[in-house]
Amino acid sequence: MGDISPFQFQVVAALIFLIGVAGVLTRRNMIVMFMCIELMLNASNLSLVAFSREIGDDQGQVFAFLVMVVAAVEVAVGLAIIISLVRNRDTVNIEDASQMKW
Amino acid sequence: MKTALFWIFSVAALGGAVGVVGNVRNPINSALNLVVSMLALAGLYVLLEAQFVGLIQVMVYAGAIVVLFLFVIMLLNLRGSGTSGAEVQPLVKIAGVALVAFAGLFLVRVLASGRAPWPDVDPSYGTTRAIGEALYTDYVLAVQLAGVLLLAGILAAVVLAKKRVD
Amino acid sequence: MATSTVFVALFIFVVIMLVFAPVMTWVERKQSALMQDRIGANRAEIFGFKALGLIHPLADVIKMITKEDTMPTGAHRFIHLISPFIAVTPAVISFAVIPFGGTYEMWGAKFSLVVADLDYGVLYLFAIGSIATYGSMLAGWAGNNNFGMLGSIRVSAQMISYEVAIGVTVIGLFMIFGTLKLSEMGELQQQTFRVFGFMHYLGWVAPGTKWIDWITLPMWGIVLQPLPFFMFMTALMAENKRAPFDTPEGESEIVAGYFIEYSGMKFGLYMMGEWIEVVVISGLLAAMFLGGWSLPWLPEKDLIAFLSKPFGANIANLMAMLLAVHVFFGKVIALIFFQMLVRWSMPRFRYDQVMNLGWKILLPLSLANIVLTAIGILIVQGVTHS
Repeated sequence: MGDISPFQFQVVAALIFLIGVAGVLTRRNMIVMFMCIELMLNASNLSLVAFSREIGDDQGQVFAFLVMVVAAVEVAVGLAIIISLVRNRDTVNIEDASQMKW
Repeated sequence: MKTALFWIFSVAALGGAVGVVGNVRNPINSALNLVVSMLALAGLYVLLEAQFVGLIQVMVYAGAIVVLFLFVIMLLNLRGSGTSGAEVQPLVKIAGVALVAFAGLFLVRVLASGRAPWPDVDPSYGTTRAIGEALYTDYVLAVQLAGVLLLAGILAAVVLAKKRVD
Repeated sequence: MATSTVFVALFIFVVIMLVFAPVMTWVERKQSALMQDRIGANRAEIFGFKALGLIHPLADVIKMITKEDTMPTGAHRFIHLISPFIAVTPAVISFAVIPFGGTYEMWGAKFSLVVADLDYGVLYLFAIGSIATYGSMLAGWAGNNNFGMLGSIRVSAQMISYEVAIGVTVIGLFMIFGTLKLSEMGELQQQTFRVFGFMHYLGWVAPGTKWIDWITLPMWGIVLQPLPFFMFMTALMAENKRAPFDTPEGESEIVAGYFIEYSGMKFGLYMMGEWIEVVVISGLLAAMFLGGWSLPWLPEKDLIAFLSKPFGANIANLMAMLLAVHVFFGKVIALIFFQMLVRWSMPRFRYDQVMNLGWKILLPLSLANIVLTAIGILIVQGVTHS
């Protein structure tokens, strides 16, 4: 593949993961936080697929596929939770959903 | 050619990711940046000869999950007022950016070492047939568990999002 | 890139986008007029030549180009600008995998009548179809309009519900053909099978009876899987938001639904996207279920071999290629006619009826079809190998 080393894919995946982490830590909008979690999942998928190609084995891709399935389920359930939270408190700011903090 | 494609897709993915985090005004802008990022990642998958995974990425992530995000944003009618404008304090934002930059440089410099080149793979690597055979022979238990998980997820989503009729 | 790819791509662009789409507006007007016992649009004329109303598409295009392009206040400018293009692009690039014919060897070069003969052709179409949701969904939101937002919510729910049905209904066909490549499906459908062959295997007739070999049917998708053909067609028409499934457009309910804030050529682009999608649907159904580019009971190899004797191999291939394109377009036109027929016959479904059909009827039926197909395949394989 030209002069792209496998390592560069890992760098891209790591950077996307870190951007996702920064998003989860700094944003206060529940839905945007959720999107950043999806970014992190995607970054780990990219890392898996890149390693799978480097080794030459299909297993990484099967793993990535199953991670996508789990991510889809998680989005559905998470968005349902967000909908019911927003309906109850009328805000998407996550600071307003902190009643159970000590 | 592949080098150029790699750089285009990587920059698009990273730009989209930054757009997701940095868009304070409107959650829909974040969602659209997420779509761009997902499509760029699908391009990277296809570059890595993972055709099936790349197409499933477009179909599932860019085509269904982000649509669900947009649907929820529209349903809750979260227009520009996602949260108040001062939600992301500049200090924290700068801290986030610094974290990202520092960690990126750390990874590139400290962990850089000689890596083996790409091995040759037979043309059936990453095709639907190969992944399908692997899924249904070696990993059939995982597929069944994924099915049960999906069923539980559907039920949970329906129950959680229903309006109470009491 | 092979030269044939460029030719096919140009052919698609010129014929389908520039010829089919406007002619189809004319066809819709005239066909609906015939069905409703009226004359249809016949007022546009150039120097007195009415040409059966074919000037009307030209008049439509001129009207749309010269109309004022409005953008409401408070609208999101960028999204408002690009969502017509996001709506049209998936419809056009879906043509990349639809086979207009097979591969022909003429004068030393191989002409393949598919732009991109991907191994996973149908999966590519499903992926592109799921991107098409964005064009419609963002349109309604970008207009800063309540009706538009309602239309957006409706359209996104409808489209992603029917994507599930689109994917699952054809799994039985993939199991039988064993491939996702559309050109390979076209070639596999040229085989024939004996309808009463099972009598031979069950021992009901003595081996060597001749009449069994005469009653054959081509292995078309619609013969092997009749119910999924109709389910697939229903799901594709619902995805296209035409036919009785146009609640998102809802002309009498929510004014114009999700493209309420669009005028002029942007509106024209949405309409064009819908028409091109009709052609894509017809092409896909013809390629997968109706035998693709071949006539029934006439495998292409036999035809080329038969024509090679008087005409030579090159001309035979050329004639077969032209015949294939004509046959394919004949099937496409028949399916377009059928889709228009459905659109003008049935009243619009209610929104909950649409959702009901997608989830509670199509999905269980298609899952049952997968199980039955699997049982059928095992029986046939077990019997023919014993």
